[in-house]
Amino acid sequence: MTADGQWLTFLALLLPFAAAAIAPVLTKALKHNAAWLLALAPALIFLHFSGFVGSISEGETLSAGYVWIPSLSVDFSWFLDGLSVTFALLITGIGTLIVLYAGGYLKGHEHQGRFFSFILMFMGSMLGLVVADSFLTLFVFWELTSITSFLLIGFDHSREASRRAALQALVVTGLGGLSLLAGLLVIWGATGVTSMSALLASESALRDAPLYMAALLLILGGAFTKSAQFPFHFWLPNAMEAPTPVSAYLHSATMVKAGVYLLMRLNPVLGDTVAWETILPLFGGATLLVGTLLAVRQTDLKLMLAYTTVASLGLLVMLTGVGSEKAVEAAVLYLVAHSMFKGALFMVAGLVDHESGTRDVTRLGGLRKAMPITFVAAVLAAASMGGVPLFFGFLAKEEIYAGLGFAGGWTAFLTLVALIGNGLMFAIGFAVALKPFLGAKVETPKHAHEGPILLWLGPLVLGGLGLVSALVSGLSHQLVSSPMSSAVLGKPVTVTISTVPHIGMPLVLSVVTVALGILVFAMLERGRTAMAGILTAIGWGPDQGFDQVMRGLTRLSFRVTNVIQNGRLDYYMTATFVAVAAAVLIPMGLYDEWPTVPQFPRMPFYEWTVLLIGLIGLGAVIYARDRLTAIVSLGIQGFAVALIFMLLGAPDLSFTQFMVETLSVVILALVMTRLRLSPTDHRPTGEKVLDVAVAGTCGAALGLMLLRVTQVPFNTELSEFFSQYSRVIAHGRNIVNVILVDFRGTDTLGEIAVVMIAGLAILALVRIRSVKPLAENKEEG
Amino acid sequence: MRTLIFRTVAPYLTSLMILFSIFVLLRGHNEPGGGFIGGLIAASAFAIYGIACGVSPVRRALYFHPMAISGFGLLVSAISGWLSLAFNVPFMTGLWTKVSVLGVPVDLSTVLFFDIGVYLVVLGSITSVALALEEREHG
Amino acid sequence: MEVALSFVVSVFFAVAIYLMLSKHIIRILLGVSIFGNAVNLSIFTAGRLMREVPPIIPEALPTPEVATASPLPQALVLTAIVISFSLFAFLLVLAFRAYQELGTDDTDGMRVAEPEGEPMPPLGY
Repeated sequence: MTADGQWLTFLALLLPFAAAAIAPVLTKALKHNAAWLLALAPALIFLHFSGFVGSISEGETLSAGYVWIPSLSVDFSWFLDGLSVTFALLITGIGTLIVLYAGGYLKGHEHQGRFFSFILMFMGSMLGLVVADSFLTLFVFWELTSITSFLLIGFDHSREASRRAALQALVVTGLGGLSLLAGLLVIWGATGVTSMSALLASESALRDAPLYMAALLLILGGAFTKSAQFPFHFWLPNAMEAPTPVSAYLHSATMVKAGVYLLMRLNPVLGDTVAWETILPLFGGATLLVGTLLAVRQTDLKLMLAYTTVASLGLLVMLTGVGSEKAVEAAVLYLVAHSMFKGALFMVAGLVDHESGTRDVTRLGGLRKAMPITFVAAVLAAASMGGVPLFFGFLAKEEIYAGLGFAGGWTAFLTLVALIGNGLMFAIGFAVALKPFLGAKVETPKHAHEGPILLWLGPLVLGGLGLVSALVSGLSHQLVSSPMSSAVLGKPVTVTISTVPHIGMPLVLSVVTVALGILVFAMLERGRTAMAGILTAIGWGPDQGFDQVMRGLTRLSFRVTNVIQNGRLDYYMTATFVAVAAAVLIPMGLYDEWPTVPQFPRMPFYEWTVLLIGLIGLGAVIYARDRLTAIVSLGIQGFAVALIFMLLGAPDLSFTQFMVETLSVVILALVMTRLRLSPTDHRPTGEKVLDVAVAGTCGAALGLMLLRVTQVPFNTELSEFFSQYSRVIAHGRNIVNVILVDFRGTDTLGEIAVVMIAGLAILALVRIRSVKPLAENKEEG
Repeated sequence: MRTLIFRTVAPYLTSLMILFSIFVLLRGHNEPGGGFIGGLIAASAFAIYGIACGVSPVRRALYFHPMAISGFGLLVSAISGWLSLAFNVPFMTGLWTKVSVLGVPVDLSTVLFFDIGVYLVVLGSITSVALALEEREHG
Repeated sequence: MEVALSFVVSVFFAVAIYLMLSKHIIRILLGVSIFGNAVNLSIFTAGRLMREVPPIIPEALPTPEVATASPLPQALVLTAIVISFSLFAFLLVLAFRAYQELGTDDTDGMRVAEPEGEPMPPLGY
C-alpha cells in the first residue's frame, strides 16, 4: 500500500471519533438535521473501503500500520482481506443508514447530540475491531465496543431497566474481553506472533501447540459472550432497553457479530480440530433452538427480533464450527443477509413503535394503509429472513442445507436443528412484518401515519438490497461472498449459488422449512401460550442468575469491607506494621541475608552519653504522666538526634534539627494547652503486650536491615562526584548546600512547594469554622 | 509567658535572630547554613515575638501576609530556575556573574536567588502556621 | 558507630510504632514525630558515618583534601527534616481540629468517615 493509502485508512479509522466529537455541537445548531451531515462520516469511510473491494476480490490482502510500542512489538496496524473489508462495509454502510434513522427517531430528544456521539464512537470502535491486525489493537477496540455499547444501551439512564441492561451487557462482554485478552496472550506465548496476519501465515503452528486447548477455550469465552451464545445469551434481549436505532445497529451488523467475526478470523488457525468442530456446533445449535423457542414466547416486536438474533448468531457459530467449505460459505452468506434483513426489521419495529405508540404485536394491526412504505420494507426484509426465493436469504438457506450435508449421524442432527430453527425464524420474521400491517385496523395509542424520510429510508434500502443483491448474485459473490469465504477458509474458493432453484436435497429441506414456518405462523398464539407456561414452570434462567450473582457480589464486598475497613485506626496501624515487619524479615530469612554479629562498638564516652540521652528521652515520652513532660521528653530525643548529627560531621543537619525541634515543641505546646488531653496510656494489658510485640519486632526488623545495609560495600560514586565538582563547577564550598540548591535544585523546588502547600493546608484547617461547635461549647461551659 | 522581661527583650531578640538568619542564608553556599536553616531561624524569631507581644504586632511588622511571602519565595525560586532557559541552557543551570558593590566584588548567581526563595518559603509557611496557632491561643 | 546507631534507630522505630499503635491521637502524633527522626537517622547511617569532618571544602582548595562525611545523605535528610516537620504540623492541627469537632481524642470515637453500622448498599441497579 502506498504511504498515501495508509494515511487515508488511518484517517478513516479516526473519522468516526472526530465526528463523535463534533456531533453534540452540530446537533445543537442543526437539530435533527445534523444527521444528514454526520451520516457523511460513515458514508465516506464506506467509499474508502469499497475502493479496496476490487483488488481484494482478486485475492490480494493488505496490511499496514504504524509502530506503537516497538519494545513490546506492539503496533497500531490493520489487515484488510475479504472478511475485514466486508465487515467494514457492513458497519459503515448500515451505520450511515442508522445515523439517518436516528436523526428521525430521536427528533427533538434533548440528548440527541449525545446519542450521535455515542453511536459514532461505537461505529469507530467496531470498525477498528474488524480491521485490526495486531492483537493489542484488536483488544483495545474490542473493549471499546463493550464500553460504547454500555453507553448506548444505558442511554435512557433514568430507567432502572435500562441501567440494568447496560450493566449486564458490560459485565458479560467485559468478562469475555478479559478472556479474549488471556487467549491472545496465550497465542502470543505459544506462537510468538502478535498480529493476525502473521498468525494466519503461520499455518498450523497454533493447532500443534500444547496450549491449543487453553487458547481455544479462552478465545471462545470472548467470542461466545460477545455473540450472546447460550448460556450468555441473556444480555442481548435485555439490551432492547436501548433506543431502537441502537438495537438495529448493535444487533444486526455490529456488536454481536464481533464474536462471529473473531471465530471466522481465527478459523484457519484454530479450526479444523475435533474440539472446534464439537464445541462450536454444540453451543451454536443450543443457542439457535433456545433463541427461536424464546422468540415464540414474545409479543414485543423488538424482543421477538432480539431472540431471533440470538438464534441467528447460534446458526452462524454452528456453521463456522462445522467448517466445511459449503458450511463456511453458508455462514458468510447468512451473515451478510442477516445484517441487512435484521437491520431493516429492527428499524421497521422502531418505526411502527414511533408512529403508533406501541410495539406489542397483539395490539397492532391494519397499518398497511397508513404506513405503506414501511409495509413494503418490512415484507422485503421478512422475505429475505424467511428465505423466500429471489431473496439473498434464500441463497443463504440453500447453502446452509448444502453445507450441513445431512450425511447422517452428527450432521443429520445439526440439519434437524437448523431446520427447526429456520422454520421458527420464518414464522417470527413474518409475524413481525405482517401482523402489524394486515388484518383489521386496531386502535393504537397514537394515530399512526407514515414516518418521515429519515425513518423509512434505512429499512427500505436494506430490504431492497436483500432483493437486488440476490438478483445480481454473480456480482455480489464475486465482490463480497467469495473473497470473504476465502478469507475465512484460508484458501481461495468461489461461491456459485444463484437464485435459480436446484433440484435436490437442499430444495426439499427449504420447502419443509417454509411449510414448518407457515404452520408455526398460523399457530403462533397457541405456541406463545405453551412457551409461556413452560417458562413459568422452569422459573429460573441465566437472567435471574445474573441478578443473584450481582447481589451476592454486593453482599460479599459489603462483608469484606466491614472486616477489612472496620474504621478502627489502631487496627489499620497494627496491620500496616505487621506487614512492614514481614516485608523486611521474610526476604531476609528466605535469602539468608541476616547481618553478621557485629563487634561491640568502641566509641568515646561522650558519644555514648548522647545516645543514652536520646534513649532516655524516648523512655520518658512513653512514661510521661502529663503533657508537659511528654513535650519536654520529645524535645530531649530530638535534641539528642541533633547532637548525633553534630558529632558526625553534619553541622547543617544539626542546626536544622535544633530549629525544627524547637519549633515542634513550641507548636505542640501551643496546641496541647488548648487540648484537655491526657497523654497517659489507657490500653488494657493484653493490647499493650500485643502492641509491644508488634512495635518491638518491627523496630528490630528495621534495625537489622540497617545493620545489614551498613555491612555491604558502599558505593561512593555519587558522593565523590559531588565532592569533586562542588567547588569546580558550582562555585560552592558547602557541598550539602550546593547539592540542595544546584545539583538537585529541581528536587528542592518540589520540596519547598510541599512545605508551602502544607502551610496553606494548615491555615485552611485553622480557619474553617465549625458547623456545630460542639467541643468549643463544652470547653467554654 | 508574657512576662515584662520577655516582652521587653523579645523585639531585640527577634531582630538579632533575623539578622543572624540572613547571615546564615548568605554564607550558606560556602559555610554551614543555607535557605532552610535561615528560614527556620527567622520563623522561630517571629514565633517568639508572637508569643511575647501577641500576634497583631508581628503581622504589622511583617506587613505582608506570611503565606504571601511564602508564595513569593516559591516564585523567586522557580524564576531563578527558568532564567537559565533564556541563556539556552537546561532548566536550573546555575548562572554566575560578578558585580562590584562599593568597590567590593560580590558573586551573584541564580543559585543565590534560588536559596533566597527557599528561605522565604520556609519563613513564610512556618511563621504562618505558628501565628495561626498563637492566634487561637490568645483569641 | 554504625552498630550503635543501628541499635538506637531500632529503639527509635520501636518506640515510635508503639506510640502510633495507641488509640490516643496525641500519642500517635508524638509517635509520628519520633518516626521522622528514626527515618532520618537511618538514612544518615545508611550513608556511612564519618566523625567530625563536615563536607566543606577548605578555602584554598578546589576539592576536599581529606575524606569528609558523605554529603549526599545529608542533603537528603536536610529536606526530609523540614518536610517531616511540615507534615507533623499539619497532623497536629488536623488532630486539634478533629478534637474540637468531634469532642474526643480517642480514635475509636472518630467515626465520621467510616461510621459504625453502615447500611448495606442498595442491591438494585
